[in-house]
Amino acid sequence: MAIEIRIPTILRTYTGGAKSVEGSGATLADLLDDVESRHGGLQARLVDDAGLRRFVNVYLNDEDVRFLGGLSAPVKDGDTVTVLPAVAGGMR
Amino acid sequence: MLTISGALHAKILAHARADHPDEACGVIAGPAGQDRPERFIPMVNAERSPTFYRFDSMEQLRVWREMDDRDEEPVVVYHSHTATEAYPSRTDIAYASEPGAHYVLVSTREPDEAEFRSFRIADGAVTEEEIRVVADGPAE
Repeated sequence: MAIEIRIPTILRTYTGGAKSVEGSGATLADLLDDVESRHGGLQARLVDDAGLRRFVNVYLNDEDVRFLGGLSAPVKDGDTVTVLPAVAGGMR
Repeated sequence: MLTISGALHAKILAHARADHPDEACGVIAGPAGQDRPERFIPMVNAERSPTFYRFDSMEQLRVWREMDDRDEEPVVVYHSHTATEAYPSRTDIAYASEPGAHYVLVSTREPDEAEFRSFRIADGAVTEEEIRVVADGPAE
């Protein structure tokens, strides 16, 4: 068993076109480190120095990880992490 | 070129008017790979702002999963500008994340005149495209 990470179209350049990749770790941060070792460049699109990027939504199963502790959210085998770029913009 | 039914065109305009003076936003889903907008999905503007929009993250997850299950994709991503022209702002360009989508912008700055334009936004580049409004087919 592993943790599945679902990748949006715009980030599939980092996964060789794959819609999902697998990884392991005890927290979301660990998981992203693990995935980065096989899919270099992906992590920087999701995380910056301040934590999760503001305009990327990351979900753990059915919940926005921002409500679960962000990068320190605990993850376990069998979980699914979904990444969706925020749809945002406006005149400002 | 964006080809869209008259009914969907009208629905976008009606949503933009209804939410004015806040920006309205939503998507039109269609069968993957066919470039045909069919299923109108108005979204909540989580910012409830006259100058900014952002899909509510939980609503977006639900809608994106539903599209996945139905083998659909977001063919049109639309939003309104309420005081400026229907042209992508720097913010719109910075956050555009669906390179395959038609970005439709509507301006509601004039109460009785609608601006409705469509763009491709990819890698920071904006390209305006023609819009063809067609009679409503059986899919609608």
